[in-house]
Amino acid sequence: MTVTTALPSFDEAIATYEPVMGMEVHVELGTATKMFCGCSTEFGGEPNSQVCPVCLGLPGSLPVVNRTAVESAIRIGLALNCSIAEWCRFARKNYFYPDMPKNFQTSQYDEPIAFDGWLDVTADGETYRIEIERAHMEEDTGKSLHVGGATGRIHGASHSLLDYNRSGIPLIEIVTKPIYVPREVAPAVAKAYVTELRELIRALGVSEARMELGQLRCDANVSLRLPGDPLGTRTETKNVNSLRSVERAVTHEIRRQAAVLSSGGTIIQETRHWHEDTGETTAGRVKEEAEDYRYFPEPDLVPMAPSREWVDGLRGTLPEPPAARRARLQADWGFTDLEMRDVVNAGAVALVAATVDAGASAGGAKKWWLGEVARVANERGVALEDAGISAADVARVEELIAAGSLNDKLARQVVEGVLAGEGTPDEVVAARGLVLVNDDAALGAAVDDAIAAQPDVAEKIRGGNLGAVGALIGAIMKTTKGQADAKRARELILERLQS
Amino acid sequence: MPSISREEVAHLAHLARLDLAPDELDHLAGQLDQILGAVAQVTEVAADDIPPTSHALPLTNVFRADEPRPCLPAEAVLAAAPAAEDGRFRVPQILGEEG
Repeated sequence: MTVTTALPSFDEAIATYEPVMGMEVHVELGTATKMFCGCSTEFGGEPNSQVCPVCLGLPGSLPVVNRTAVESAIRIGLALNCSIAEWCRFARKNYFYPDMPKNFQTSQYDEPIAFDGWLDVTADGETYRIEIERAHMEEDTGKSLHVGGATGRIHGASHSLLDYNRSGIPLIEIVTKPIYVPREVAPAVAKAYVTELRELIRALGVSEARMELGQLRCDANVSLRLPGDPLGTRTETKNVNSLRSVERAVTHEIRRQAAVLSSGGTIIQETRHWHEDTGETTAGRVKEEAEDYRYFPEPDLVPMAPSREWVDGLRGTLPEPPAARRARLQADWGFTDLEMRDVVNAGAVALVAATVDAGASAGGAKKWWLGEVARVANERGVALEDAGISAADVARVEELIAAGSLNDKLARQVVEGVLAGEGTPDEVVAARGLVLVNDDAALGAAVDDAIAAQPDVAEKIRGGNLGAVGALIGAIMKTTKGQADAKRARELILERLQS
Repeated sequence: MPSISREEVAHLAHLARLDLAPDELDHLAGQLDQILGAVAQVTEVAADDIPPTSHALPLTNVFRADEPRPCLPAEAVLAAAPAAEDGRFRVPQILGEEG
């Protein structure tokens, strides 16, 4: 183990070194069945209940490629402005690790289905073109559970348990060419790239691309060099499973490598593991030793030769590119660049759009998703869409406000209730008795009490000091537990003290 | 001189978790030796002008529809495992102590 010394700050690190990045993103496709067999891909089944002779690699079984997975791969390739191979094959990637029962992973090697594309991303208001090297098809591995060691780690475990339900689920691996951008924006560009890619994957409808469920996984390659030098040795940081982590992991790795290099050390080509809790990476396996996968063309699968008609047909199914869609929505919603950026960074474009479609104002939709819902989602460490409130619920809350049945404070309580699992907005309103008090009888009594309790304030108002009204309204809000209609309360106060 | 020995076949059988009786080993070692001998002839005629091939059939684009099919019952799956625990395949320690 290396002794941890104080790392240079990011600014100090990039004052000397130029970072070069490469991103590898795995997307788990949302097909109904696995890549090479008809086993269900549904999440959360009993262990080893979604396996068959093909995905278990039993002797005599024969894989057959899932057509929908190929179509998804081609559509992803086209959306990334890639060329689509006229002819390509699968390959066996041989390795000895029990997460694949076959002892190899069926992947693509030197003949990816899509190659040479690009994706434009925006960071700090500037647009950068990220060159795509390739997008290839492969299959996911099983899930390992390491038993007997500290906190489920593989080191020190006495044995491991394997569930192969995930093994064979279609994956698309998207690999960038080296990314050269101004050094100070490198981590932000890495994050922007993964964000944009996730939007694109979702727009294509080929995967929900939820990082917290492992449907989109990111490995970040980082190397440093002195300006003008050839590329430095890179490390590959794995387990970067949130957008925030992408930026943090790249930043950390730049600082760590700068510390090693500036103290005269050398970078070892290795995989490193990102730890969300400590914000650091630790060494994994040394890459060179693991490099010999003995790839060879998969003999159990025939080559794929997507006809140009097929490819052109799929080109016709591509959605509006996310960047164009955002520009259109921003204009529709009347948001400033800054407001729109907040919505994009929060991953809330689709949610705000759905809420507006359900009848809410854009401003109202944005306020709830980026406010109360984001706060609760953050607390619980879940995505906005999993916080427990739907676009329709948010639109209903906005409708109740517009109708005058809720004020802002009550609406907040309704949203809180929905997020706590108490039911729909209407159910929460009924169950918690959250009704705006605006009938004059009930409100009038509260107004009279407030005036009686603060005669000096009442005197000021009689004398024409309208600024003092707030003090009375505050008292009324207190006695009505925030349920008073403030506007009507003000009218009643003025009726009593100024007539 | 055989190109594969009976010991090598026994080793392969062990890696593949096949429990072969001694007479089966004798039988298969002889068969495999003949097969390897036949394949070896190919290397004698393969010249630079013959493109390598990965498949015997001149086929492309063999696909299936994305429709679920029944899986194996979990008991049957684990019955083939050398060891199982909690519905999962149990495998020996993968890595030793950190170092």
